[in-house]
Amino acid sequence: MRLSKSRIIAAKDFKTFRKKKNIIYSLVVVPILIAVLIPGVIGYVALSAKNTSRMSPAELVVLLPAFLFFYVILGSYLSTPIASYTIAGEKVEKSLEPLLATPTTDSEILLGKGIAAFFPPLAAVLGGSALFMLLMNLATKGKLGYYYFPDWNSAIVILLLLPLALLMSVQMNVIISSRVTDIRSGQQLGGLTILPFAGLYVAGELNLINLGDTSNLLIIAGALVVVDVLLFFVSRATFRREEILTKWK
Amino acid sequence: MIETESLTKRFGGLTAVDNLTLKVNDGEVFGFLGPNGAGKTTTVRMLSCLISKTSGEARIAGYEVGKEADSLSIRKLIGFVPDNVGLYDDLSAYDNLDFYGKLYDCAEAQRKENIQRFLTMLGLWEKRDVMAGTFSKGMKQKLAIARALIHEPKLLFMDEPTANLDPESAKTVRDFILELKKEERTIFLNTHNLDEAQRICDRIGILRTKLIATGTPQELEKALSSGGGTRKTVVLLQEQATDAILAGVRKLPAVGSVTAEGNKLEVALGDPEKQNAAVVEAIVKAGGHIQSMTIVGASLEDVYLKLVKEGGGS
Ligand SMILES: Nc1ncnc2c1ncn2[C@@H]1O[C@H](COP(=O)(O)OP(=O)(O)OP(=O)(O)O)[C@@H](O)[C@H]1O
Ligand SMILES: [Mg+2]
Repeated sequence: MRLSKSRIIAAKDFKTFRKKKNIIYSLVVVPILIAVLIPGVIGYVALSAKNTSRMSPAELVVLLPAFLFFYVILGSYLSTPIASYTIAGEKVEKSLEPLLATPTTDSEILLGKGIAAFFPPLAAVLGGSALFMLLMNLATKGKLGYYYFPDWNSAIVILLLLPLALLMSVQMNVIISSRVTDIRSGQQLGGLTILPFAGLYVAGELNLINLGDTSNLLIIAGALVVVDVLLFFVSRATFRREEILTKWK
Repeated sequence: MIETESLTKRFGGLTAVDNLTLKVNDGEVFGFLGPNGAGKTTTVRMLSCLISKTSGEARIAGYEVGKEADSLSIRKLIGFVPDNVGLYDDLSAYDNLDFYGKLYDCAEAQRKENIQRFLTMLGLWEKRDVMAGTFSKGMKQKLAIARALIHEPKLLFMDEPTANLDPESAKTVRDFILELKKEERTIFLNTHNLDEAQRICDRIGILRTKLIATGTPQELEKALSSGGGTRKTVVLLQEQATDAILAGVRKLPAVGSVTAEGNKLEVALGDPEKQNAAVVEAIVKAGGHIQSMTIVGASLEDVYLKLVKEGGGS
């Protein structure tokens, strides 16, 4: 496998979806919106309840790490339109046939598509979460007396869980998009890839799992590594050039 | 350049290409003719390693089609113009070509030069920065051809490159193919268009799931004529055909029947291209003045229709 080929394909995809306004908007606007809204609400509540027991430091330290999970979910959410655009889009334009006729292997094409669907959402959520932590620090400093972020757990969530979860979504989206015949159904099915992370978040809120616990986070990360590796083999096995050409009509 | 032996492709129970044995020489323009569903696209896809073969063998420049290790080498060597252009609508004409140039590992200087050369030849250089999605069908087709040439392939597969083009664009494409022929590229051309095949192809294969016939256009025409003797030369004279003229022409050894009607003379001939000269001489000697001469009878179209009908019956 030659990485250079995948890079060429990814670069081409970046160029094409740079022109897709709705993709760019969702990449830029949503992470910023969350980064501004949640600290805004927390800060407002904390300020207006200065002398009461609401939003106590004890409550905040439970809330804050869970919020960060939003960005894990958001990464998956943002990767779906891009992945389905880069793969199902090629089907719609019937551009896969000439592409497959070039001296490029299936793995190189898949990796190229993966890169195209991975890095833009990653950049968006990393940027968004950095802004989120900054604003949240400002909003809660008064109550807590110190800047909450960054801490070790948030570092694990942002730097380990988030990329692994995103990788999982990208791969699932790639698999889904190479099985369906149009962009829309790719996006609808691909939207389901946020479910595991949304489930984790809800479980955390319901106290079924403690997402503030370092070893729990590491276990989740470990599970994601296993799933990611498995999905890599599944996506390679499901991307069969012959089927793609003869069934995608 | 291309050699196949009993190449066969089945889709489930349907045989799309049946025992195709074919040879295409270096530098040749080979026309692959056949009705809808004949298996032309399927053949080209097999040869460009896009789909697998069911059985048989095929070699391209010595590389084995269907062998994993050879398939990258084959794809490096060929250019492919699919029946659906498959351009990136959101990229400019230039970027579409540049992307493919990169995938073929062309150096930047070579990409630049070839993009300019081919776009200029096809009349698209002025439009290089325009999004391909806004192009007309003909422009898209030309762009797809330029794309297939960006790495200067030795062998070019073209799947109906002039279908859906207006006569002028079709001519540009045909002239372009003739230019490529001068550059010693081998071209495998799928087409329905008999006139086109006759004008630009060195050899023609007629396919209807099975290969029905191969040969130069002249050979194919001749093969049918020698069977039915259907070709003739129609001569228009400046005066009524006289008995002397009729007798003079009838005396020629190659001539079959001769009929006359007013100033029109119909002379049945085995090989009119060669024997017309003798006919002219005989008429002039008998005092006739020739207005015009036309060869009618078995054209490539007759051959094609006859063969395809017969092929379908078997
Ligand atoms: N993916 C496929 N699955 C099943 N049958 C197929 C498939 N592709 C082609 N066929 C069948 O194989 C036969 C040959 O098709 P092919 O497309 O090669 O014909 P063609 O000569 O290119 O026709 P046309 O002139 O219409 O382009 C047809 O009967 C077609 O229905
Ligand atoms: Mg076809």
